[in-house]
Amino acid sequence: MDFQSYLKRVKAEIVETSVDEVAARPPAQLIDVREGDEWAEGHLPGATWVPRGKLELRIEDLVPERETDLVLYCAGGTRSALAAQALQALGYTRVRSMAGGFGAWKRAGQPIEKPYVMTVAQKSRYARHLLLSEVGEKGQEKLLQAKVLLIGAGGLGAPAGLYLAAAGVGTMGFVDDDVVDESNLQRQVIHNTRRVGVPKVESAAQTIADLNPDVKVVQHRVRLSSANVLEIIKDYDLIVDGTDNFPTRYLLNDASLMLRKPVVNASIFAFEGQVTVFHPFVGPCYRCLYPEPPPPDMAPSCNEAGVLGVLPGVIGVVQATEAVKLILGIGKPLVGRLLQYDALHMKFREFKLPRDPHCVTCSEGAKPIELIDYEQFCAGR
Amino acid sequence: MATVRIPTSLRKLTQGKEEVQASGATIGEVIASLESSYPGIRARICDESGALRRFVNLFVSAEDIRFLKNLETPVQESDEISIVPAIAGGQC
Repeated sequence: MDFQSYLKRVKAEIVETSVDEVAARPPAQLIDVREGDEWAEGHLPGATWVPRGKLELRIEDLVPERETDLVLYCAGGTRSALAAQALQALGYTRVRSMAGGFGAWKRAGQPIEKPYVMTVAQKSRYARHLLLSEVGEKGQEKLLQAKVLLIGAGGLGAPAGLYLAAAGVGTMGFVDDDVVDESNLQRQVIHNTRRVGVPKVESAAQTIADLNPDVKVVQHRVRLSSANVLEIIKDYDLIVDGTDNFPTRYLLNDASLMLRKPVVNASIFAFEGQVTVFHPFVGPCYRCLYPEPPPPDMAPSCNEAGVLGVLPGVIGVVQATEAVKLILGIGKPLVGRLLQYDALHMKFREFKLPRDPHCVTCSEGAKPIELIDYEQFCAGR
Repeated sequence: MATVRIPTSLRKLTQGKEEVQASGATIGEVIASLESSYPGIRARICDESGALRRFVNLFVSAEDIRFLKNLETPVQESDEISIVPAIAGGQC
């Protein structure tokens, strides 16, 4: 028998489906049986890639139920027809092969997804992540495609920034209008002695460029204000707040609620730190926790009181951990929980943080948020 | 007597003590007891009307008293009360 006659016989034994049918009613499991280089050029959204040569070996792990609604596709519909026959022989009862394959899908103008393809160097760099089932290649791709904004390239932004860069967060923005000072170097480990006098955002970008060339650093050498905040934060997936003043914290809270951006919030003082995650309208916000700022005379700053150099290391790395978890969608984030760290007693305490039903910004009855003059708001009115 | 944890910013008022003992059956009574031992501390926790300041949170164990009975929240002898004020530092 020649191949064409064989193929005709196979197609008579299997069920074929059309591009229109698959687009209208996505199956429970869509499998791309092409080779790796073809998959890398683009594939159907929601598809799982199992090359034809490995299909029978892997199918039972991927699809344990023999009655699952399965659609296979290849480039033109031939390999998927052969694959469908093989799965039928293995006992799968609801297998279909998409006629015309990826080519017909693309010609029909249907959406395609292009996978992020890691280079050999990236596979080596992130090898320890790839070993973790909670991260793996998919998770690492999420990190590489993530956009994280750090408010402040200081005590908290330094350790958080270093670890997020090492983890391969693909785009990192820093907002800071300050320059590196000698007195910063006791704790701001992203800067160094040679860079005293250099803008902090530039110094952070240089350190990260040396650490991980995969990371694109965006330098925002400004102070966050009502005029620029929405424009700056809109392109990021999440925000790591390590600022040093109350006006910026309230400003960022209100703006992040408006644009629904999660914020990993932390603050430090002397030997103590606090961390929590504000997930807009899912958990509490900063105003649920602290409805109003302290008047200036009751808000001592680290500039006057001092801070233990290693303290922001611990807290900033907790922030980075929460950011990575949020990007990967793993674990239990610090939403609705305030973690307090006491360095002197080496104690972590956790407090419950409910949403405030009367919160002026995030409760159900709250008026639409308007950005105000936060300097004035925090100056005691 | 319940144990009250004093945040760094208020330790000037407690002669540097990080933890102090205070008596009282409710949070309100505990604050009054603190004030008699450490004059000036109440004004940092409560405003002129006696209500809890909106940038200070009090927790009995892990629970925020604002979501319990506020200053009327009952206190047990064995309770640990934490005073957690808003702090802004990060870049510092």
